[in-house]
Amino acid sequence: MAKLNVNGKDREFDAAPDTPLLWVLREQLNLTGTKYGCGIAQCGACTVHVDGNAVRSCVMPLRAVKATQTVVTIEGLSRNGTHPVQRAWQALDVPQCGFCQSGMIMAVSALLKTHPQPSDADIDAAVTNICRCGTYNRVRAAIHTAARGGGTRKAELAIQHPEGSAT
Amino acid sequence: MSTSLLNPELSRRGFLSSAGATAGGLMVGFHVPLAQAASATPEINAWVVIKPDDTVVIRIARSEMGQGTLTGLAQLVAEELECSWARVTTEYPTPGQNLARKRVWGNFATGGSRGIRESHDYVRKGGAIARVMLVQAAANAWGVPAAECSAAAGVITHTPTGRKTIYGRVAAAAGQLTPPDPASVPLKDPSTWKIAGQRMARLDTFKKTTGAQDYGIDLRLPGMLNAAIRDCPVFGGKVKSFNAAAIMRRAGVKKVVQVGPSAVAVVADTWWRAKTALDALTIEWDYGPNAAVSQADIAAMVKGGLDLSVPATSVGNSNGDAPAAISAAPRRIEAIYSYPHQNHATMEPMNATARWTPEHCEVWVPTQNGEAALAAAAEASGLPPAQCEVYKLYIGGGFGRRGRSDFVTQAVQLAKAMPGTPIKLIWSREEDMQHCFYHPITSAKLTAGLDAQGNISGLHMRISGQSILATVAPQSMRDGKDMVVYQGLAPSGPEASIGYSFPNLLIDHAMRNPHVPAGFWRGVNLNQNTIYLECFLDEIAHATGQDPLALRRKLMDKHPKHLAVLNAVAERVGWDKPAPAGVFRGLAQTMGFGSYVAACAEVSVSAEGKLKVHRIVAATDPGHAVNPQQIEAQVEGSFVYGLSAALYGEITVKDGAVEQKNFDSYPVMRLAEMPPVETIVLPSGGFWGGVGEPTIAVAAPAVLNAIFAATGKRIRELPIKSQDLRRA
Repeated sequence: MAKLNVNGKDREFDAAPDTPLLWVLREQLNLTGTKYGCGIAQCGACTVHVDGNAVRSCVMPLRAVKATQTVVTIEGLSRNGTHPVQRAWQALDVPQCGFCQSGMIMAVSALLKTHPQPSDADIDAAVTNICRCGTYNRVRAAIHTAARGGGTRKAELAIQHPEGSAT
Repeated sequence: MSTSLLNPELSRRGFLSSAGATAGGLMVGFHVPLAQAASATPEINAWVVIKPDDTVVIRIARSEMGQGTLTGLAQLVAEELECSWARVTTEYPTPGQNLARKRVWGNFATGGSRGIRESHDYVRKGGAIARVMLVQAAANAWGVPAAECSAAAGVITHTPTGRKTIYGRVAAAAGQLTPPDPASVPLKDPSTWKIAGQRMARLDTFKKTTGAQDYGIDLRLPGMLNAAIRDCPVFGGKVKSFNAAAIMRRAGVKKVVQVGPSAVAVVADTWWRAKTALDALTIEWDYGPNAAVSQADIAAMVKGGLDLSVPATSVGNSNGDAPAAISAAPRRIEAIYSYPHQNHATMEPMNATARWTPEHCEVWVPTQNGEAALAAAAEASGLPPAQCEVYKLYIGGGFGRRGRSDFVTQAVQLAKAMPGTPIKLIWSREEDMQHCFYHPITSAKLTAGLDAQGNISGLHMRISGQSILATVAPQSMRDGKDMVVYQGLAPSGPEASIGYSFPNLLIDHAMRNPHVPAGFWRGVNLNQNTIYLECFLDEIAHATGQDPLALRRKLMDKHPKHLAVLNAVAERVGWDKPAPAGVFRGLAQTMGFGSYVAACAEVSVSAEGKLKVHRIVAATDPGHAVNPQQIEAQVEGSFVYGLSAALYGEITVKDGAVEQKNFDSYPVMRLAEMPPVETIVLPSGGFWGGVGEPTIAVAAPAVLNAIFAATGKRIRELPIKSQDLRRA
């Protein structure tokens, strides 16, 4: 049996050591929020945190992750979608189809740990995930929103939320 | 559970609800259309269910794939229903239910930016009729005339007495009433809208930020197996042989199946094991009649159609005598443009899950066309459509690709090989890249005759190349002609008419169909047609010393709606003032999918030939704007899609097969390259246009015209990545 610590829990499962972490998460551990998009670390839809760093799990074999390391997926980023990055994403209606957004949010939440106030150049360099719907400008606006601690006024999107707020 | 799954007597509803129960948390939030709603609460009508707790369930027949149609259609229903927007949820009816109920929900197909513009009338009627029934039910309970009652935000008030009740309390009674004659129920004037027309947040955002949103690829059913597939890399080829025994002992492998004449699939407990086993399988192919086709062959075929001595297949627009006017003109300009095949490259690779028994076939699939998926399931299963069902799942990108059902057919064929077992088929990215229905390859030769003042006396646009309908709907072609190729160039009409008047005009098409299958790709033929016309007009402007905006305005006095969006862009960008130092501008406008769009790009090109797009200003007149913040999202996304194609997109063929395999060989635009986009939404009223596609068409020509302004280089062959942009 292989072992991993995922979203704060020790998990045991049966998988060959060369199985990519992505497919262990999706198929052995039923954590399907992490997506398959390319399998060659090009698109970033599979981004998770290993010891706090953003990694592309589709090219990381199981054998490369020790049971003592911590793996965090989109499902474990926060309780009830309350991480500041998730809140900014919700406030600015960032996702379109949404398929790439788990990976985007994981890439961005790792970036904000090392760069709490990222410049546009920092964002350009760190967030190389592919989005085919084309949400990039709202991704950028939401990163700045999260870095400001949630202030959405600068985004000037005036989105009306059901509970009455406008962002 | 697995034994009851195999029980053919098990009802569909029982199957679904029990599947949901056993799969636990994984199935939480998983969409089980109608099965749950129908058992819980009776409907008011086909579009509206109101639960006792006042939750409003609005049924949405079109597919959500990111474009926001789910929210927009719900806004339209809710507006007429007069319910509380905060209580609205949505669900998909199934294609099988639609069939059984004589298509009460109309067309499920979601393409051509039609989601809202072709269903606004009947969905609003659905909401309005439900409101009338709810008010009548309250009036009946009170014993008062319905005319003395009104509804607002889900509360019904008897005006003379001030008595109030809520929708949830009268919904059950309302559902028992005979619906009023639809003609007797007027729709609101859009100027009075409170929910529609507003910048409402999407209804489907939250789960997309937590990983909880299930897409087709995430589906899990009890007892389900996973399949990976490889189709012959050369279109038209077949499977010759494969050595299944060599991989049967690999861990998890259950079966190796030939799927149709041209594909082989491995079924295993997990997809990763199926995929790696398939990689290890040696397959002998009969590559068929296209085995030697090269990209040069395809280019030569398309170029052949540009020979004006070759008769055209059809004429799309003509007035006066363009050839005569051109040959009599003192000055002529000619240019040839070309546009390569493109892959949709949806982020979620194609997939479908199917379960087949001799009595039933069920398919779970992210599809843009649920009814076509049902027809494909029926055909592949050998069962009548009434014994088949399709459950539509959330779509990780469609862009036209998921209007096709080839992956549904494959999944059903696989399921048929393992009766009773649900099989989830997932394509690898490589399979997806090489087995698309590609944006068609075309080329255009444009010839203009100019008088002594530089006015255009005649224009001939010969389009050569591929027909989409020849691949996907040959039965809908008349006399071998495909009029879709003229998108954006029609003489008039509400769909996609040309925005200019020329004294003599001829636009014709020489159909040339290579073996690479073509399909609808977000924006369709409007994309390349707008590049051809808008760049060529820019060429004429520069060749005759005219301002590109002034030249267009001269040709647009009979096209006020086209002109209005162009003028709005010019004003916002400050066309009459110089651009910042080192920055250059390009313009484009067009009409498609019922909407008028225009854009201006501001770019710079470094001495080394590196392009930077600094700013985009774009305007859209969709007639009515149902959700302006989502229109802005679609316009921004359209620049990513259109500029990805312009900068990088190119599918090429070698030995009959597509050469590109993944995002390393088929690059797309990323965040660092994304310019700010200023979107102007200009709803002029009186018509309903789409917004998911038209703006794509102006993205590339606006940038290409700006590149010329910056460098003096006219890019006529795409993608831009293959061109040297250093100053001429």
